[in-house]
Amino acid sequence: MVTIYDAKPGLSRRELLKRGGIGALLVISGSAVISPEHAWGLETSALKPETMATLIQMARDIYPHDQVPDKYYAIAVKGHDEQAGKDAAYKTMIEDGIADLDKKSGDGGYRGLGWEDQRVGVLKQVETTPFFQAIRGGLVVGLYNQKEVWPIFGYEGESYSKGGYIARGFDDIEWL
Amino acid sequence: MAASFDLNNDGVVVIIGSGAGGGTLGNELAQKGVDVVILEAGARHEYEDFINDEWGSFSQLAWTDKRTTSGDWRVAKDFPNLPAWIVKSVGGSTTHWAGASLRIQEHEFKTLSTYGKLEGANLLDWPITLAEMEPYYAKAEAKMGVTGTNDWPRLPGNNNFKVLKAGADKLGYKECHTGNMAINSVDRDDRMSCQQTGFCFQGCKWGAKWSTLYTEIPKGEATGHLEVRPNAMAIKINHDASGKVTGVVYADKDGKLQEQKARIVAVAGNSIESPRLLLNSASGKFPDGLANSSGQVGKNYMRHTTGSVYAIFDKPVHMYRGTTMAGIIRDEARHDPSRGFVGGYEFETLSLGLPFMAAFLDPGAWGRSFTTALDHYDHMAGLWIVGEDMPRAENRITLHADEKDAHGMPIADVHFDDHPNDTAMRNHAYKQATALYDAVGATRTFPTPPYPSTHNLGTNRMSEKAEDGVVNKHGQAHDIKNLFVSDGSQFTTGAAENPTLTIVSLAIRQADYIAAQMSAKTI
Ligand SMILES: Cc1cc2nc3c(=O)[nH]c(=O)nc-3n(C[C@H](O)[C@H](O)[C@H](O)COP(=O)(O)OP(=O)(O)OC[C@H]3O[C@@H](n4cnc5c(N)ncnc54)[C@H](O)[C@@H]3O)c2cc1C
Ligand code: SF4
Repeated sequence: MVTIYDAKPGLSRRELLKRGGIGALLVISGSAVISPEHAWGLETSALKPETMATLIQMARDIYPHDQVPDKYYAIAVKGHDEQAGKDAAYKTMIEDGIADLDKKSGDGGYRGLGWEDQRVGVLKQVETTPFFQAIRGGLVVGLYNQKEVWPIFGYEGESYSKGGYIARGFDDIEWL
Repeated sequence: MAASFDLNNDGVVVIIGSGAGGGTLGNELAQKGVDVVILEAGARHEYEDFINDEWGSFSQLAWTDKRTTSGDWRVAKDFPNLPAWIVKSVGGSTTHWAGASLRIQEHEFKTLSTYGKLEGANLLDWPITLAEMEPYYAKAEAKMGVTGTNDWPRLPGNNNFKVLKAGADKLGYKECHTGNMAINSVDRDDRMSCQQTGFCFQGCKWGAKWSTLYTEIPKGEATGHLEVRPNAMAIKINHDASGKVTGVVYADKDGKLQEQKARIVAVAGNSIESPRLLLNSASGKFPDGLANSSGQVGKNYMRHTTGSVYAIFDKPVHMYRGTTMAGIIRDEARHDPSRGFVGGYEFETLSLGLPFMAAFLDPGAWGRSFTTALDHYDHMAGLWIVGEDMPRAENRITLHADEKDAHGMPIADVHFDDHPNDTAMRNHAYKQATALYDAVGATRTFPTPPYPSTHNLGTNRMSEKAEDGVVNKHGQAHDIKNLFVSDGSQFTTGAAENPTLTIVSLAIRQADYIAAQMSAKTI
């Protein structure tokens, strides 16, 4: 099981630097990916935590929204850990897919590439693979169907319980 | 009180499907005292049960049994197992539909005479005219509470409409308004008026939008002559040695096969399932499937020439607030070959919530070009193109050679290639819609590809002559007189208009015909 939990604050800055962050954002600790700044963590059971950290970065590079925090990308990809736990072939596909990204990215691996454009260049080389399509396809629902992200895009969701929009701005446009 | 009929009762009319065609026919017959059993593959959800959530509602209502696709349409690549976005539930696709209710234009009933022969298109005149349809259109509009008819006011325009209207004015379009919608603009028929909730595609939780689920079906049930049997998937229609149909084999809620005997069978499973059922009912006497001596069952599949255009502005729009299809421009619906294509198209506003926008704006796309569009979701306006597409013999529903569903019935394959006329029309519409939004100050526009088909038509076409089609002008099979087709698969050609008003009008007309034939004992 993958659990997203609120991380215990406690890793010192020194320790963080020692462990090596992902662009100083995410930290691998034991079987978990931790975001010390935002106080959440993601524990993996089937995939390597490094793999999960790369998946989170990859998810952001596929559907980059600078205003959406990492946590929602983490939730969007955590299903792959569950699936890998149930299906050995799936696990291999993900681990191999990530290893391949690292290989194509040179010494520092995929997460070591500093610019999004560089990482996108690597993704472009694999975009027709079942691995990439599984990650991208899963994100369409996994990322955009999280109710918590809707307000970030200005989408208000369910409206019946509020009586619809008849008295809440269905025709409030003013700039035309 | 809803009726309950015995499986061996061979005096009943069995209707397959409870959507626009089947639900209406069932009620109309019940009102005349005819006993009817509707077999419906889906479950019964009342309108309080609907969900204001795109994917949640999709799981609740949509037809998700596997289908396959082929052909050059983009849906085959993006959604290979979801050629159509339609419903499996009591009420059929009238739970999901937006409510746009337009009459087909006079010349669109006579496409072969009007457009002439077109290479690669199987054009044919309908065996009925607008004049013959008019009284039934009037009955359908009255039944459905269509705005802009019968003194019912049109709905107020929402933000998405206001953007459309401003663009239409700038481009000089003359016929732009909030449409003819089967949505209550005032309380009527014991249902309330539209609350501008904005989830029309997810089922109207107020019951303001017409659906057979909470209009035709309960009214029919109240006569004591109608039974709706949910979770009953028809698999095969049986016939006797003389070729008359005698009953329908269906899988019940436990997957057990039952046979409901019948005096008359009417097929209304929408244009993929109806031909699938007729083809699957092949027998020694009818080796190519029922009602198929013409070879036309499953052919001429049409889905309307569609596409959407979304546009981003530098200020907010909130297009998702209020009715999903909130307005229309009709100027391009004329037949004017100088535009480079025959037939015409309508522009209708459309909005998707964020989850569906992510799935449908540009399926398969990724990266910043795509995500920056979504970043401005609340600054977006959008419209849908719906135009006449060309019937083609090769565009067809066939039974899959080896894949079967849970009941052992071969699944349907849907083949579709765009005709050059479809492509020319779509490109024209993309250009016009882009100009329209640019005129209001759009900073970016998106010509969005067609979604899985919401309009599915033509696969059991109506024809004057038996060799040209499957059914006659009453939807009665040319080959078998107690077998009827009662849904959009009867359409000879597709016309530019959304099809449901015509499906309902045909069902009302068909009920008159069936009842008359029953009294005359000819069937
Ligand atoms: C999102 C959306 C928006 C739409 N908006 C509009 C609009 O604004 N205007 C418009 O005119 N049209 C619109 N439509 C189209 C409209 O819904 C259809 O044209 C109409 O409902 C078709 O009627 P029908 O009777 O052919 O089939 P349906 O209404 O689809 O009913 C068919 C029923 O048959 C059942 N069935 C199928 N096979 C079997 C079987 N073997 N055994 C038992 N039951 C079976 C199905 O479960 C279904 O309930 C829209 C559709 C969608 C999906
Ligand atoms: S906008 Fe109107 S018709 Fe559509 S779901 Fe809401 S109340 Fe019903």
